[in-house]
Amino acid sequence: MISPRHSGLRQNDEAEETLFFVSADFFIRQKNMIRLTDIQRDFQVGDQQVHALRNINLQVSAGEYISIMGPSGSGKSTLLNMIGLLDQPTAGHYQLDGQDVTTLSDKQQAHTRREKIGFVFQFFHLVPRLTAAQNIALPLVLAGMNEKERNKKVAQALTQMDIADRAEHRPDQLSGGQRQRVAIARATVIGPAVLLADEPTGNLDSASGIEVVKILEQLNTNGLTLLVVTHDEALGKRAKRRIHMIDGAIERDTLQRAGAP
Amino acid sequence: MKTRDAAHFAFDALRGYRTRTLLMLLAMSIGVASVLVLTSLGEAARRFVTEEFASLGTNLVIVLPGKSETSGGGSPNLLGGTTRDLTLNDALAVSRSALINHMAPLIIGSAPVSVKNLQRDVMVVGSTSSLLDVRQWQLGKGQFLPKTDIDRASFVAVLGGTLKQELFGAQNALGEWVRIGDRRFRVVGIMSAQGRSFDIDVENVAFVPVATAQMLFNTQSLFRILLSTRSRESIPHAIEFVKRTLRERHQGEEDVTIITQDAVLATFDKILKALTLTVAGIAAISLAVAGILIMNVMLVAVSQRTTEIGLLKALGAPRRQIILLIMAEATLLSSMGAGLGLLMGQLGSSVIGYFYPALPLGAPWWAFVAAIGVALGTGLLFSLLPARRAAQLDPVQALARR
Repeated sequence: MISPRHSGLRQNDEAEETLFFVSADFFIRQKNMIRLTDIQRDFQVGDQQVHALRNINLQVSAGEYISIMGPSGSGKSTLLNMIGLLDQPTAGHYQLDGQDVTTLSDKQQAHTRREKIGFVFQFFHLVPRLTAAQNIALPLVLAGMNEKERNKKVAQALTQMDIADRAEHRPDQLSGGQRQRVAIARATVIGPAVLLADEPTGNLDSASGIEVVKILEQLNTNGLTLLVVTHDEALGKRAKRRIHMIDGAIERDTLQRAGAP
Repeated sequence: MKTRDAAHFAFDALRGYRTRTLLMLLAMSIGVASVLVLTSLGEAARRFVTEEFASLGTNLVIVLPGKSETSGGGSPNLLGGTTRDLTLNDALAVSRSALINHMAPLIIGSAPVSVKNLQRDVMVVGSTSSLLDVRQWQLGKGQFLPKTDIDRASFVAVLGGTLKQELFGAQNALGEWVRIGDRRFRVVGIMSAQGRSFDIDVENVAFVPVATAQMLFNTQSLFRILLSTRSRESIPHAIEFVKRTLRERHQGEEDVTIITQDAVLATFDKILKALTLTVAGIAAISLAVAGILIMNVMLVAVSQRTTEIGLLKALGAPRRQIILLIMAEATLLSSMGAGLGLLMGQLGSSVIGYFYPALPLGAPWWAFVAAIGVALGTGLLFSLLPARRAAQLDPVQALARR
């Protein structure tokens, strides 16, 4: 199903999500969180033109839980990077939270990325010389927040991720699951609207994988828009909305009533 | 991002790569230290020479025969001016001024000096008792040349310390006879060991009265006339007086050269300053090399930390911030290096000072400014390229790597 029934989808979500949002205003403002229109991304590899993304049209409402699946090279990571403003489309328009972000300057894009988007990577990408707490504080440091406020937020995030006792440990002293939890804390500490996870369990054993997925889902339940790129069918099936990509295009976009597999 | 946080982040990064940081600090500090040590050596040499010249005697005016300005490529004689010898009467004439304190004529020659069967060829200086006052030398034992009429030849000699030691050993030399050339002289005094000076090695010389030297070397002409004026201010007037007197005595021709200590000093000062600057320049090259090293290391650091920089971008750091972070790191590195270099430079100077206490060591203020300035400057300049490279990293590719 190439074009999803968005009206129906939104109604469904509204019914569920109003339970989690205090104010209806807030929900309406964030309704159309992501809107991609005719997005195209071409790479030049040697003298060959590679179409990493072809004609992508996608709308994501606030609070959705979406999995993006597909074989390697199908463009799912490129799509995620595009949404995360790490990559620029060759053509098309991208509206994030009602704002056209394709035309922003580097500085404005960086600012938008910092305030609205959180990233979780397969390889965690923690700074090895910094402690867990320092890693989590990094986006706040970049935002110029003062130390007192920062420490408070970091402490909160640590408690939320249940790793408060690991605050002063460096990444090499943490298990994979703990590392990913630090990474999630870092991605969400500033309070973004969208969380983008690229193979978040790809580098974890199944037990820690489940743990991490449950944390992500909990965050989604609390209102965070969650996009997960994965190879893992089981993980993909946990999402209510599943996008399947092939050759840079969205091949299927399905909506499941039940969240659990 | 707050400055303090940026500095903290940069410092953490430096601490995280300890070996690299230490090596960089070493390179930078050696550069700074070498600038400081070399300039302070150059300065010390300059001061040393200046002080030596000051020890030539204060307010010294030296008169030598011949006009050096007229000697365009050859002897002044060829240009028509007859060079008249400076004679004892000339010397007496120029000393007859209230401006002039002391006058010492000088005749210098070489002659064998012997005691029994020990013989040494040394410099024999013919002068008067005033020489001691003009040159401010110290007498060790006995007396200096007798205060008699300038044209009276008496056969007494004053020996330099080394010469005395070589001829007499530990034995007493005062009152003994020595043979200089074909005449016998009675030793009346010994120069003290500290009596060293620039143009004459006082240790290895025999002093005799000027009239005696004229007989010994069979000459009427003086090698030099040394004058000391009453004060520094009277030097120009004294020079004027000497010129006028000698012109009158030499049939209206000005055929002497007059050198003042100041002029000699100024020349040496200039030469040695140039030398110091040259040495400092060479040292500055080593600093620049340290700067290039910093660039290299920062480039390596950037490629080593590709993922980290990609991550910073993903976390919302704009290009400018990344440039600032890398530059902060380089600045921190070079300023720490400069600080360390200052310490090392001081240490080096004091080590040299310990072994050569005579050298008045101490780098001039501009060397400090230049060393630190160049260190920070190169650090900043050469971190620009790595910083720009970091800022232009593609975060997608940077994060795709493990």
